Amino acid sequence: MEHFNVFASKLVPGRELFSPGHKACQGCAPALAMRYLLKAAGPNTIIANATGCMEIISSAYPDIAWGVPWIHVAFENAAAVASGIEAGIKVLQRKGKLAPGKINVIAIGGDGGTFDIGLQALSGMLERGHEVLYLCYDNEAYMNTGIQRSSATPMFSSTTTSPAGKKIPGQATGKKDLAGIAAAHNVGYVATACTSYPFDFMAKVKTAFETPGSKLIHIFAPCPTGWRSAPNEIIKLGRLAVQTGIFPLYEYKGGQYHMSMELPFLKPIKSYMKSQGRYRHLSEEQIAMVQENVTARYEWLQKLAAASQEG
Amino acid sequence: MVKRKGVESSIALADAAAMCNVDAISAYPITPQTHIVEHLSEWVNNGELDAEFIPVESEHSAMSAALGTSAMGARTFTATASQGLALMHEILFIAPAMRLPVVMAVANRALSGPISIWNDHGDIMCERDIGWIQIFAENGQECFDLTPACFKIAEDKRVILPTILNFDGFIVSHMIEPIEYWEQETINNFLPDFEPQIKLDIRNPSTMGAVGVPEIYYEARIAQNEALLNSKSVIKEVFEEVTKITGRPYNLVESYNMEKAEVALFMMGSLTETAMTAVKNLKKRGIEVGIVRPRLWRPYPTEEIIEAIGNIKALGIVDRAMGFGAQSHPVASEVKSTLYSSDKRPVVCEYVIGLGGRDVRIEDIEAMFLELIEAAKSGKSQPVKYIGVRE
Repeated sequence: MEHFNVFASKLVPGRELFSPGHKACQGCAPALAMRYLLKAAGPNTIIANATGCMEIISSAYPDIAWGVPWIHVAFENAAAVASGIEAGIKVLQRKGKLAPGKINVIAIGGDGGTFDIGLQALSGMLERGHEVLYLCYDNEAYMNTGIQRSSATPMFSSTTTSPAGKKIPGQATGKKDLAGIAAAHNVGYVATACTSYPFDFMAKVKTAFETPGSKLIHIFAPCPTGWRSAPNEIIKLGRLAVQTGIFPLYEYKGGQYHMSMELPFLKPIKSYMKSQGRYRHLSEEQIAMVQENVTARYEWLQKLAAASQEG
Repeated sequence: MVKRKGVESSIALADAAAMCNVDAISAYPITPQTHIVEHLSEWVNNGELDAEFIPVESEHSAMSAALGTSAMGARTFTATASQGLALMHEILFIAPAMRLPVVMAVANRALSGPISIWNDHGDIMCERDIGWIQIFAENGQECFDLTPACFKIAEDKRVILPTILNFDGFIVSHMIEPIEYWEQETINNFLPDFEPQIKLDIRNPSTMGAVGVPEIYYEARIAQNEALLNSKSVIKEVFEEVTKITGRPYNLVESYNMEKAEVALFMMGSLTETAMTAVKNLKKRGIEVGIVRPRLWRPYPTEEIIEAIGNIKALGIVDRAMGFGAQSHPVASEVKSTLYSSDKRPVVCEYVIGLGGRDVRIEDIEAMFLELIEAAKSGKSQPVKYIGVRE
């Protein structure tokens, strides 16, 4: 729990490797994720970024926000490009063509670029065991192209391709379990994080780099534009997502599950949903149905974590 | 002394790549390319080549990972064919735009559908304008000789562009023929270390693949095209060096029996070896015909092609691919366009031959030559003919 300590902020480097002045919307939580990521990873880092919000807002030539080497090739292949970067570092250091020393390789993709179109490349990277941290910033839809649904979009959420219609009330399916998919590859480290808990996230980035092999962090990053909520609400929304159990924070390390926060009780999901336009159309019955799913999933995770502790 | 040994062309090409001391190979299996990367993985796993072999989960990732290794400054090789090349399509455009000098062998194979594992040029003709340097080898010896040449061209500071080495699937890839290997020392002297001009370097951070806003995109595309067009002089220079080392002629465009010929066939790849037999057979009957074979396909060597065609009266243009619904099939479209800008305009006969592995017989080529002689006499061009197709 040291990352929830009041002194945590004093331990974070002041240097900004993701510089301000980029083109993100007001209240963009994914941009916060980029900033925290580089504070934790430091300057000895190379990034392969998938096409998406974070790529577009940070790299409109010549206005580049990145203070570390950064490459963008396409949408679905950040994990494959990062695989190549890692292999390149390995062979060039072995052959004495590149100075020795640890270089952190990070692949970044949004939920569309990771859950959907990039899943195959991600699976390949995880299975081959490249020394890469894959960071998926999840704002629960294709925000860059105008708020279309992805397989990370939660049930009943209204998007431009899963609109709240008279017959079908928004997204018809629930969110894919990305962390579970990553863990099923038998990788050393998988974690969930949220931009409203920056020190927890930064500690997880550090743990990831201390763990050999491939690793994945799935960070929940609210999008006021896509969720139709106020830009000044995003930190509160992130906290509520965690405190309601909608997005539980946990780690999977060495085959064991650990909950990152002890929640004495789950706040009702209505408190999270009420300020978001994407859920405005929901009936009490639909909210109750989501509540049931959220509670059940949270309890299942708690059981996994408890079973891990019992060994 | 150079060694000559009986070896499959794919193995020779793989050996040549290994002797070029490649740092990274990313590959996905596809017929008829697989022998190349299988053999390279043997080199790596036996500890004879210090390289990273990335066994990716698709050709899309093969090309993506290759761009990753190349961006780090690693000499990078991959190979593919047909559907695999098509799956790479999206990423193929990005490699030259980012100036990443990956070298790729393509064992040319027909595209689906219907699915066919056999040879034609349908795969590469879909990718001819992607911005890569593209070279066609005729046989296994050329596959070996041109592999170090491809790395040297691609990585030259005046070029820095990815390069494709095409060779006919099965017809060349699986053919065992006597091939002269270069000495390792010869390759070392010929091919300098890869010194990237720009790379991902934590001591000097750079951004690769930034967004091309409307104020910059157009200029970037023009600059890329100029780089490709300008590479021709370096390719010529490197080919001349290969000629000196091997004693075999390496021109951008090869001519065969063109001095005496009044008609000629324009063709690429291994087809010319069949056609040379046809030329010899006709010579015995006192009929002089010739062959024009571009070894370099991109950048398109316009002047050299015009010069090779010379003053002949009839030119047969041979396509091994379909351009569905097009005015002509791909090679004929380009060559006819070349002739329009030249003051020498022979009568043109267009042919499609050998699609999806359909056998091409010497008699087929002889008949095409005889038809060209008639066309030269009548002065009438002939629309496309599909050789060897059942009606």
